[in-house]
Amino acid sequence: MGWAISVHGGAGDIPLSLPPEKRLPREAGLRRCLDVGIAALKAHNHPLDVVELVVRELENNPHFNAGKGSVLTTSGTVEMEACIMDGKTMKCGAVSGVSTVVNAISLARLVMDKTPHIYLAFDGAEAFAREQGLETVEMSHFITPENIERLKQAQEADRVQLDYTQPIQKEVPKDAALADGDSQIGTVGCVAVDNEGNLATATSTGGIVNKMVGRIGDTPIIGAGTYANHLCAVSATGRGEAIIRGTIARDVAAVMEFKGLSLKEAAAYVIDQVPRGNAGLVAVSSTGEVAMPFNTTGMFRACATEDGYSEIAIWDSPTK
Amino acid sequence: MGWAIALHGGAGDIPHSLPPDRRLPREAGLRHCLDVGIAALKAHKHPLDVVELLVRELENYPHFNAGKGSVLTSSGTVEMEASIMNGKSKKCGAVSSLSTVVNAVSLARLVMEKTPHIYLGFHGAEAFAREQGVETADPSYFITPENIERLKQAQDANRVQIDYTQPVQKEAKDAAATIPNGDSQIGTVGCVAVDSEGNLASATSTGGLVNKMAGRIGDSPIIGAGTYANHLCAVSATGKGEAMIRGTVARDVAAVMEFKGLSLKEAAAYVIDQVPPSNAGLVAVSSTGEIATVFNTTGMFRACASEDGYSEVAIWDSPLK
Repeated sequence: MGWAISVHGGAGDIPLSLPPEKRLPREAGLRRCLDVGIAALKAHNHPLDVVELVVRELENNPHFNAGKGSVLTTSGTVEMEACIMDGKTMKCGAVSGVSTVVNAISLARLVMDKTPHIYLAFDGAEAFAREQGLETVEMSHFITPENIERLKQAQEADRVQLDYTQPIQKEVPKDAALADGDSQIGTVGCVAVDNEGNLATATSTGGIVNKMVGRIGDTPIIGAGTYANHLCAVSATGRGEAIIRGTIARDVAAVMEFKGLSLKEAAAYVIDQVPRGNAGLVAVSSTGEVAMPFNTTGMFRACATEDGYSEIAIWDSPTK
Repeated sequence: MGWAIALHGGAGDIPHSLPPDRRLPREAGLRHCLDVGIAALKAHKHPLDVVELLVRELENYPHFNAGKGSVLTSSGTVEMEASIMNGKSKKCGAVSSLSTVVNAVSLARLVMEKTPHIYLGFHGAEAFAREQGVETADPSYFITPENIERLKQAQDANRVQIDYTQPVQKEAKDAAATIPNGDSQIGTVGCVAVDSEGNLASATSTGGLVNKMAGRIGDSPIIGAGTYANHLCAVSATGKGEAMIRGTVARDVAAVMEFKGLSLKEAAAYVIDQVPPSNAGLVAVSSTGEIATVFNTTGMFRACASEDGYSEVAIWDSPLK
């Protein structure tokens, strides 16, 4: 047994030709968040605190699609959502439609800890954030030039895209397209287990580029993008609609319990049920196993276990 | 095989002493909706159309907690939510925090069919409703005197209640005396149906919990919690939303059938048994025409029928009629 942690910065059509200026900051971000998580677990922080802490770091990093750096709605606004769950108690919290709260994951945790509810959204969530004295800022804080460009590109292509979808261009060489309009960023999440089997998961996102105002994805949906129970903790990423339909996060645990599969087998089984190019997940089990399957081109991810193993990767083989 | 249909008007602490003026209108509503559903299935309508039709009827009925007759938030407003799912395609639609849309379930269906998304909430959902030209009304249309009273009672007791929770009274006399002024025996509505080709569909709609925080979302619009359908079964759940979200109730019925090989009835009983007592109920049908109506609360307003001629309307354990 022993502790284990896994982190993701989004799954999608991340091209193998991703230029260094797009790749290196994300790798560095994953490395840093992994280190923060490892230190917290070594210091015997509860996994619920660990995943919240790590996701806050990822939200604050503008290179990932959560918090600062969130992708934009069709109106050019930011609507963030997040979710957190404790495996042992199965208490959970979720928020949607948040536009001024610096750390949506912490608001989700407060919904879980301080209200009789699980899920608050939009005006009600914003009002609750203020009641609780959470840090809020002008919406412009979250908007980056890269995301303004992504939105413009998506609107020109007149389609909703996953952050990672390659720009559709009629006659443009791949590299040229990337430099101006890459969308290689995604949802963030973290799962962790300590050596007592306490499990937790947290996920946070800005959603999909050019989404309709008010569109809710898989991230705040317990059982879709986020789920934890006594067996495992899961955080998913990819095309929200496919993840909701596939009840991905819940299914990993259900397949372990009802089919008797290991974490790795269950995670692979579930991702395999989702149409190709649509999903990835990170998961840890109560016994310290880690799984990070994806059926997209890549998934920004990192993991570490108490026995000293650690890994940072984007495509099939680990980087570093 | 053959077609089958089941619908509910909410599970909760419905007292056996429920007076006739509270019981009879709901029974009549269930009976009416069941007849509408049976006629539609006999006319070979697709289950997706059948469940939408029935839930619209239930939303329009002021005696159930959906559409007109929705319970109120702590601010005295109405925030309605709904979802719908097609078992064969697993396409689904959901909406939350509507305050002017007459039939939330129909808006959920439009999200499913007319957008690249599954779930729209709040201002975006209201804007979409107007774009689509669905029927809207002033928020006051949905508010009934009974619900103003329920809210007052809940605020006096300073707690959030499922619609059916008995009023907490320090020196309550017999239950009958308290009921006329503050009963809360209404709940979420839902319908599941299957035709003789195994096409399955589920739909759920609600005003939520009395005195809920503004912006609170419950289980009804959450795919896998209050609503779910796949090739095996269609499920609509009701009760304390938070328990159903945590318990992924609707998804679990299908998962347990598939991964543990249980029948619909066994799976439904298994899943409800995992939820803390007095928190949940559900109606479900399978691709082979089985029906399950299970609850761990005092009662659940429900009705069901199958092609072989069986039909039932019930509130507590034994069928009425």
